[in-house]
Amino acid sequence: MAIAQEPQGGTEFATLETRIAELEERYEQRIAELEARLPEDRITIVCFSGELDKAMAAFIIATGALAMGYECSMYFTFWGLSVIKEHAETAGKSFMEKMFTMMLPENMDKLGISQMNFAGAGAKMMRGIMESKGVATLEELMEVAQEMGVRIISCTMAMDIMGVTDEEMRPNLDRGGVGTFLGDAFKSKATLFI
Amino acid sequence: MSDEAHESPTTVVDARGLLCPMPLVRASQAAKKLAPGEWIRVLATDRGSVPDFQAWIDGRAEYDLVHQDEQAGDDGRTVYVHDVKRV
Repeated sequence: MAIAQEPQGGTEFATLETRIAELEERYEQRIAELEARLPEDRITIVCFSGELDKAMAAFIIATGALAMGYECSMYFTFWGLSVIKEHAETAGKSFMEKMFTMMLPENMDKLGISQMNFAGAGAKMMRGIMESKGVATLEELMEVAQEMGVRIISCTMAMDIMGVTDEEMRPNLDRGGVGTFLGDAFKSKATLFI
Repeated sequence: MSDEAHESPTTVVDARGLLCPMPLVRASQAAKKLAPGEWIRVLATDRGSVPDFQAWIDGRAEYDLVHQDEQAGDDGRTVYVHDVKRV
């Protein structure tokens, strides 16, 4: 309908203005809703493996992302718990928990590698090569990541299954379950399972 | 609770002894049945449920995590209490 042909032009204009204001409000609300659902500059990494090479890969990606201005969450579960353990204790544990404790690496310094480990000789050789080539150690990478504000979460279910206690873990790490991981993953631009 | 009509929970979900992700699964099953204004109380012993429930509710317009705390359970285990309300 052409507004100019309307005899009551003023009234029509006011109605139109109200309508525009309504639409504006509705679309602004809709945009705000959509913006709230957009991913953040964040990546999330599931660290499932208790092996030096895979833990290195995870921390290299994490520190890289942090350096590029991204937030990073690392979710450690199952064998990955060995990476964030500080030491091992058997006191007060059940038989199975003691077995897990004795069979698994005590902390990140004791991790093997996923190929050519040869009962730890391979891992030792790999550490030597990386040192000679000036590659940051896993310990250094983790320190840097924490300085840059990485969020490290340990899976409480895996801790319960394997009998890993809070006392054995490094300090100042978050605890969580699948909801915590997914909460971060849904906000992330990339999620990796290593 | 600000809503006087619902001073007690519609359902109490007992997820004690269950590990991740079951407290979250049981809670969401019960929460789906809520009418607006109603709420459920979830009892869990998995401490991971605390951040898990926060992450679940965060950004969900249909539910509110109105209350969370921890209590000493009968058997010495800590019980984590989560009150989830349908908006």
